[in-house]
Parts: sequence; structure tokens; C-alpha cells
Amino acid sequence: MLPHQRQEPPAGVFQKEQLQEGRTVTAILPAKSIADRLTALFWRKPKLLLALLITPPLLWLGVIYLGSLAALLLQSFYSIDEFSGMVVREFTLKTYGELLRPQNYDIILRTLTMSAAVTIGSVILAFPIAYYAARYAKGRWKAIFYLGIMLPLWSSYLVKVYAWKLILAKEGILTWAATQTHTNFLLDAALALPGIGGNSLSTSYIGMFLVFTYVWLPFMILPMQAALERVPTSMLEASQDLGATSSQTFRTVIVPLALPGIIAGSIFTFSLTMGDYIIPQIVGNSANFIGMAVYQLQGTAGNTPLAAAFAVIPIVIMLIYLSLAKRAGAFDAL
Amino acid sequence: MPAAVEFRSVSRHFGPASAPIKAVDGVDLTIAEGAFFAMLGPSGSGKTTCLRLISGFESPTAGEICIFGENVSNTPPHLRNVNTVFQDYALFPHMNVRDNVAYGLMVKGMARAQRYAKAEEMLALVHLDAYGSRKPGQLSGGQRQRVALARALVNEPKVLLLDEPLGALDLKLREAMQDELKSLQQRLGITFVFVTHDQHEALSMADSLAVFNEGKIAQIGTPAEIYAQPKTRFVADFVGSSNVLPPALTQSLGGPAKWSSLRPETLHIDPAGALSGIVTSLRYLGSGHRIALTTQGQDIAAILPSGTTLPEPGQEIRLGFSPEALHIMVDP
Repeated sequence: MLPHQRQEPPAGVFQKEQLQEGRTVTAILPAKSIADRLTALFWRKPKLLLALLITPPLLWLGVIYLGSLAALLLQSFYSIDEFSGMVVREFTLKTYGELLRPQNYDIILRTLTMSAAVTIGSVILAFPIAYYAARYAKGRWKAIFYLGIMLPLWSSYLVKVYAWKLILAKEGILTWAATQTHTNFLLDAALALPGIGGNSLSTSYIGMFLVFTYVWLPFMILPMQAALERVPTSMLEASQDLGATSSQTFRTVIVPLALPGIIAGSIFTFSLTMGDYIIPQIVGNSANFIGMAVYQLQGTAGNTPLAAAFAVIPIVIMLIYLSLAKRAGAFDAL
Repeated sequence: MPAAVEFRSVSRHFGPASAPIKAVDGVDLTIAEGAFFAMLGPSGSGKTTCLRLISGFESPTAGEICIFGENVSNTPPHLRNVNTVFQDYALFPHMNVRDNVAYGLMVKGMARAQRYAKAEEMLALVHLDAYGSRKPGQLSGGQRQRVALARALVNEPKVLLLDEPLGALDLKLREAMQDELKSLQQRLGITFVFVTHDQHEALSMADSLAVFNEGKIAQIGTPAEIYAQPKTRFVADFVGSSNVLPPALTQSLGGPAKWSSLRPETLHIDPAGALSGIVTSLRYLGSGHRIALTTQGQDIAAILPSGTTLPEPGQEIRLGFSPEALHIMVDP
């Protein structure tokens, strides 16, 4: 193109005077805006950008989450004055000592047993579902699986628990179904079990176990499925190829490789059961659980230190559980 | 003596019976005992499916598979006396190297001391004596490959299957492993069957090979046969990227009116040569130069040894070859 044919450039495009034949050509760049200068700065100092991005969430986590946890821990070392009912802000282990009283100790033991039972129940129920989803479900079936697992989580927790109370009630659908199928004797046998039985399912530990397992099951399935999905098919084939039967492959390859997922799931089911205070109020024989105790102590009773001490128990138990799991090699495959 | 592996018109189809995907389609194959056999082909040619048919991870839709005379078509993988070295090695990440190697003995119920002794023996065989306590994650690619090899050999299989065994290794390591696999096979005397898409690997390691194309075997033979006398255009082109000449061109070069193949390295510059063409490009290969030219609308490649005076692109040159280099294909 010849110079005289060139159109008049729009203003601002050329920083230097118009080009002419035989003259030095300077770079044609638009003026730098503030945004350009900022991106250039971040490009030169990537850590600055990282710091800017991560500070707000770190503050949130540090102050609001860990800070309140520290406050809770601090509270548990205070005690309550028995006459005035006022909190004495002096360091003491008296409140922790109170946890060892028989009625409080029972609460801890009961909650622990229930949490362990719910976790084991969830593992047994979740494994086949997670395995199917990870190995066999493809495309549309996978979408249906996710929907099926997540859908119950979208509806109100209270509605689900009350619905279960009706299902489990003496006049409920389970009893009716048992009558219709002449399997009453099974239900009666279950309810006659000492300790965990009761008048009806909705007023027994069995019922509470069922509701807990139902409510927390998705939290077990999802991490388990994620862990199983990461196990390559060739790993299972290698095991078979080397002569292992299906059950040997299951025990020596699948379970160890899925263990991190199982542990992750059990952290959810275990700690959620430990802290829950709604289900034990609605289903069961109104025996006290840690969550309920915390709720009552810091509310009506006004004994915040003891409530805090109770609340520390699940944290301690989870820490012990995780360190045991780590020592047993549960995270070796990570 | 029965063959190590025998395929009798074996097919493996996937998908609906109305419109099946024929991964393996009527394959007849005999692999002699003690052979180092290669299954060569492009991806999707059915070679890996054939390997999985031998290991038992696939079962034939039709036909039968025999291992040492025994029909294993319906035998599950864990009951077959064959072992596999997987392409991704498939080492168990939660076990150390020793436990990985001893795995096959562990599932058979061998006592710990005994199986560890055997595992150490196998690790010594692949030069990894000192690595027993490491985790697979702490090993390099080449070392993992050796562990996978030791793990597959510990069961003393009659046939060892290797799925693209060297695919994940870099060039130098690949060449070292080729030599090692070859000598290992000779020492142990086990039948090795390996799958590869790399013709150099197949030609240099195998003592016989099958070239696969679209679920069928295009040709079976020794490397020299396959290389020098390709039966079909596909084989000529895939194995060593030969020049495939249409009947008219063959005839103009003094052959019959049939498809033929001409290896690039058999051509040399010769002012009196029968083949003339215009040079389109030159490429340096290290050991020589590859020049491309067009003649009668056909692209021809020639590999000239270093030291040859090279033509310029655009120049017309004549190439000569000895008459036996022009291979007439029987079955294009």
C-alpha cells in the first residue's frame, strides 16, 4: 500500500507522527491505563496477587472460625459459681472434672456409641452405592446417581426428621407394612432387644440410628465415591492377573485404596452425629446426647463453661480418631 | 508340542449385535513356545484387545483361545497361567516394592518369609535389589517398569504379556530396556507377547510379529519378512514408512502392473537412475538426510547417508535402486 492511499488514522492510534517512507517506525501502542499497570504489577509480583486474594478468607477463617473455637476452649476452663450461678473467670479444671460425673459420663458414652454405630452403618450402606457409581455408572446414570444422593440434602432437615418420626411411629407405615406382610414378629423381636429396643421404633435407639444413618448417608457416599473413582481399573486388573480372587482384590486393593475416602466420610458422619441436638429430641427415648446437653446447658441452665467442656469432647475424639487412622496407615495411599 | 498361544478364528465385538464394533475380527494366530512375539498396529487396530483376550480381561464373542493346548476361552484371568505388565504399570501405591512383587505369592497363601525371599530374587533379576522397602511413588518411570516386570514374573507364568511396555519411557531408557527385555526373555525362556505401535521396537525386539489393521491381522512373519516383503499397502506404509507405488509407476520402473513398495533407504542418487522427480524438501535425520520428491504426481521419500552431495529443493534429480529393492505386493 502506498502512503498517499492510506486512510487518515483515527485519533490516538498512533503515538508518533504519521509514517512516511524512509522514516523510523516507532511502536504503535495505546496509552497504558490503570488496569494495565495493575496487571503488569501482578505479573511481575505474583505473590502480591496471591496475598491480596487470600487475606480476606484467611481473616474469616482465623478470626471468626478459629477465634471462636479458642474462645470456646477458654470458656471450658472457667467454672460456674454454684450459689450465684455466675461464671467465674478463673482457670480451673473443675468443669472438666464434672464431665466424669455418672450422668454426664453416660451422655458422652451414649453419644460416642451412637456415632460409632451410625458411622459403621453408613460405611456398610454407602460402599456398594459408591462402588457402583464410581465403577459402572456412566453418563445419564451418573447424573441420576448424583441427583439421588443430593436431592434429600436439598429439603429441610427438620421436615425429614419429622417425616421419619411418622414413618417409625407405632401407627406408622413401617408397622403397617409389617402387619400386611405378616413380619410383625421381626419388628417385635427388634423392639424387644434390651437396651436399644423400646415401645416403638420412633421411641427407640434403633429408630434414632435409622434416622441418623439416613440423614448423614450422603456425606459418606460422596467422599467414598471420589476415592473409588481415583482407583484405576488397571489396578484391579493387575490384582486379578496376579491370581487374586474377587474377595482378595476387595480386601487387599480396593479397601486400602478407598480408605482415605472412608475416613473422610466417617469424619462427617461421626462428628455430625456427635454434635446433633435435633434428632435425639424428636426421635428416641429422650435420653440425653452431647448436642442436647450443650444446648440445654448454655441456654436454660446458663452453665456456659460446662457446655463448652462438652463441646470440646467431639473435637478431642476426632483428633484421637484421626491420629489413630494415620498411624494405621489409612492415608498411605494419598 | 502345543503352541504357547493359539487363536482359532477369534472375534471380539463390542456394542449392539446389529451394528457391532469389530475390535477383533476373525483372527487366527499361533505363537510358538519361547517366542518373543510382537503385536504391531496403529491405535484401534485390535492389538490391545488381542492381548486382553489372552490375559482374560476380554472374552471372545466367537472362536476359541488356547494356551498350551488348553481352551481358556471361559477361564477367568486369575486362573490363567499368564501375567501382564500393564501400560501404566498398575503398581499398588499402598504397598512397598517388596509387597508389590510378592503380591501374586501372597494371594496364593505362601508364607511371608518364603515369598519375600522369592520377591528379593525377582528384584535382583531386574537390578532393583536395594529398593524393596520403597514405595512405588518414590521410584522413577524406568524403575517402576522393572518392578512391574518383577511382579509379573514372580508367578512364573508360561506366557508374559506386555502392554506397550516402553511407551512411557524416554528414548535412552527405552533402548536400554529393549536390550534388557530381550536378554531377560532369552535367559528365562518364557514366551513374551508384547503390544506396540512403534515399528522400530517391534522390528528390533521380536523374533516374529503380527501387523494388525482394523481388527484383522494384515501379515504375520519374521521382522525381516515383514520389512522386506510387505504383503499389503498398509503393511508397507506402516512398517518403516515405505514408498508405496501404484501399478502405473511400478510399470514405468520396469515392474509388472501391480502395487509395489520401495524402501527409502534403498534409493540413491544416480544420474542414470530409473526414477526422476523434483525435490520438494530436505530433512536432517542425524544419521543421514531424508529427501522428498514428486514423480508422476506421487510423493517419494529417499534416505541418503551422510556424506552424499545433497540436491537443492526444486532441483530435478534421478534416483537409482537395485532391481530386487522393488517389492511387488501380492495382496494390495
